[in-house]
Amino acid sequence: MIVTEGLCKLFDSFLAVDGVSIHVRAGEVLALLGPNGAGKTTTVRMLTSVLKPSRGWARVAGYDVVEQGAKVRAAVGVLTEQHGLYGRMPAAEYLDFFGQLYGLNPASRGKRVDQLLEKFGLQNVRRQRIGEFSKGMRQKLALARALFHDPPVLLLDEPTSAMDPESARLVRDSIRDLRSAERAIVICTHNLAEAEELADQIAIIRRGKIIVQGTPKALKETLLGPVEFEVRLGSALNGRSPQVPAGVRITAQGTDWFRYHAIQPEHANPRLLRALLEQDVPVISLHEIPRSLEQVYLKAINHAYETMEVPDAR
Amino acid sequence: MLAELRPALIITRREIRDQFRDWRIIIPILVLTVLFPSLMNFTAHQAANFVQRYGATAVGDRLMPFLLMVVGFFPISVSLVIALESFVGEKERHSIEPLLCSPLSDWQLYLGKLLAATVPPLIASYIGIGVYLIGLYRKIGWTPEPDLLVQILLLTTVQAVVMVSGAVVVSSQTTSVRAANLLASFIIIPMTFLIQGESVVMFWANYDVLWWAIIGQIVVAALLIRTGVSKFNREELLGRELDVINLRWGISTFWRAFIGHATSPFDWYQKEVFPTLRRLNMPLGLIAATLAVGMVVGAGQARVFVLPADALQLENLGKGFVTGLEAIRFFSVENVSAVWLHNLRVMMLATVLGIFSFGVLGILVLMVPMMLIGYFTGAVAGAGISPWLFMLAFVVPHGILEVPAIILVGAAILRLGGTLAAPSPGKTIGEAWLQAFGDWTKVIVGLVLPLLLGAALLEVFVTPKLVPLIFGGR
Repeated sequence: MIVTEGLCKLFDSFLAVDGVSIHVRAGEVLALLGPNGAGKTTTVRMLTSVLKPSRGWARVAGYDVVEQGAKVRAAVGVLTEQHGLYGRMPAAEYLDFFGQLYGLNPASRGKRVDQLLEKFGLQNVRRQRIGEFSKGMRQKLALARALFHDPPVLLLDEPTSAMDPESARLVRDSIRDLRSAERAIVICTHNLAEAEELADQIAIIRRGKIIVQGTPKALKETLLGPVEFEVRLGSALNGRSPQVPAGVRITAQGTDWFRYHAIQPEHANPRLLRALLEQDVPVISLHEIPRSLEQVYLKAINHAYETMEVPDAR
Repeated sequence: MLAELRPALIITRREIRDQFRDWRIIIPILVLTVLFPSLMNFTAHQAANFVQRYGATAVGDRLMPFLLMVVGFFPISVSLVIALESFVGEKERHSIEPLLCSPLSDWQLYLGKLLAATVPPLIASYIGIGVYLIGLYRKIGWTPEPDLLVQILLLTTVQAVVMVSGAVVVSSQTTSVRAANLLASFIIIPMTFLIQGESVVMFWANYDVLWWAIIGQIVVAALLIRTGVSKFNREELLGRELDVINLRWGISTFWRAFIGHATSPFDWYQKEVFPTLRRLNMPLGLIAATLAVGMVVGAGQARVFVLPADALQLENLGKGFVTGLEAIRFFSVENVSAVWLHNLRVMMLATVLGIFSFGVLGILVLMVPMMLIGYFTGAVAGAGISPWLFMLAFVVPHGILEVPAIILVGAAILRLGGTLAAPSPGKTIGEAWLQAFGDWTKVIVGLVLPLLLGAALLEVFVTPKLVPLIFGGR
């Protein structure tokens, strides 16, 4: 659905996007992460055929972004960073206007307006001027605009910013539904928890370059090392190290706990439990040490991984 | 074709509907459509009665068409505000981005907005004209000539298009309505000149001249639309950061255009000044032709405004002519500098006027001396004196330097003024203008100033002495 290769954008002498290559299939969500000014919005604008790439190429929904700009734009739903709504227009009229621009007939426009306003809880304010809306309501309306023509590709810049937790949940659920409906989705966000929750792939972009890219799991392994487990015990170890089976390496321990790395944890963990029980060491819990995307992000951004190879995304 | 226009009309419809939700636009339009024409109607009636009491019926007769033009113009002045709001306001509020992400092509968006900014003020203007005419007809039975009415309607329409298309060009240089309002002086000032000129025509009652004004503005509108279409595109709208007044950048851009890579004055002439002249080939030819036309027009006027015979007794210019000039200390360095500075002032005036009128008013200023030369040449020819000898005595000695200087500065002004109407691919209008200003400065400093200095020296020390040699005692 979205394929780019060596995408670059040069503004005079400033290289805003430098060789971005991504591949997002139907039914996949790619989260584009990076600090402000990293080149996320410029990349999205190129994918929307609003800006022309200076080098490289991109195909969106099967269309070339340079040669078939109008077709690309017709196939893409965009939630822009700034919502850019018309304050004096009522919500329903606003959506209908965009429906006209996308060439929808009056009957389907009316139906779609009702559907989307209902979906985002805006039905009772359909005749209210957008200028009177709260930030969250505007965000939902802008998202409804992006979805209005039911595009196969969605490019969403900060889809839940300024939303209350309930609305944000509603939007995240919508994104999941869209992914299930075989849409290809790119999300630009600073909300790392949201990215982790929704994305099949993560790409971290810095100074116009993708510095790391892959599935959340692959990125964690590549950047944070193998998964670490922790065992909580019912009695003190008294300075002794428990006997552990082959494939398990203790990395740290306290009075009644220890942490370890395991090669093939699906086999090593049962063996470890069995060994501990045989040694009469009471086990309260065994769990994986949680590792957040935030750790991955900070590690990637902090220079050390600028030159690392991009791991396989799948 | 209609299918291609439909998206543009969707934009137009939305914007017009939006305008009618804004009382800041509705109230001025209503006032200018209903109240203002009624007031003009009253004024015309009162003024006609007043001047009739003193037998000056011609003033009243000419006041009514003039007010007809004014009534038509005032509502369309709102189009400038609407256009700036529509083009820059959308950029400022970021509401343009969702439109740019839609399947609309750049020209559809441009056309939709152009129509939205032009149509409501124009309709208001036509209604205002209607209110004014109906009122006058009912009060004093006055109706305009059909030709004049057509001219006024066309003039009003084309002026609205010029203002809106100019506003788009201005808008392309800014991302805030505030900055756009400041830059709008590039539209308001020429329009003011134009309206003043048209007012003179209305009182002069030589309405055929209005056709030229209409044709001229159609050409200007076409040029502005061409520039607007080339600048109003997704890449320019979202790909550039404007509005930052970067003085350092401005100075360095100008300096690069002015000095280039020259290392010495000789190098500068070779690498910068002469190549600039080559770039100015077409404007140079155009100005030379225009000045020649000016001379011919001046010569033609000599038959209309005939000089009295005693004013052309050139054979009386004997030795006493030079003695007389010596007596008033004409042959002095101070006089050279006075002539030089006078010519420089004219060049500067022409440049300033040219900047605000796509070069047109600047060229008109430069045409004046050529028309005068033509006029006097025609006059002496009419008096039986050889025009060639007249030229040889009075014009050629210093004109050999002064006329090329006029042509050079005219070409540089045309390039400078024309920058707004001629898109430069890959450059902002500001960048292109600074480069044109660099070229103008090169021409002025490198060529015009020395040429005018030489011309002033010749005009003070040589021409007056040649005149009696050629004409004295004949």
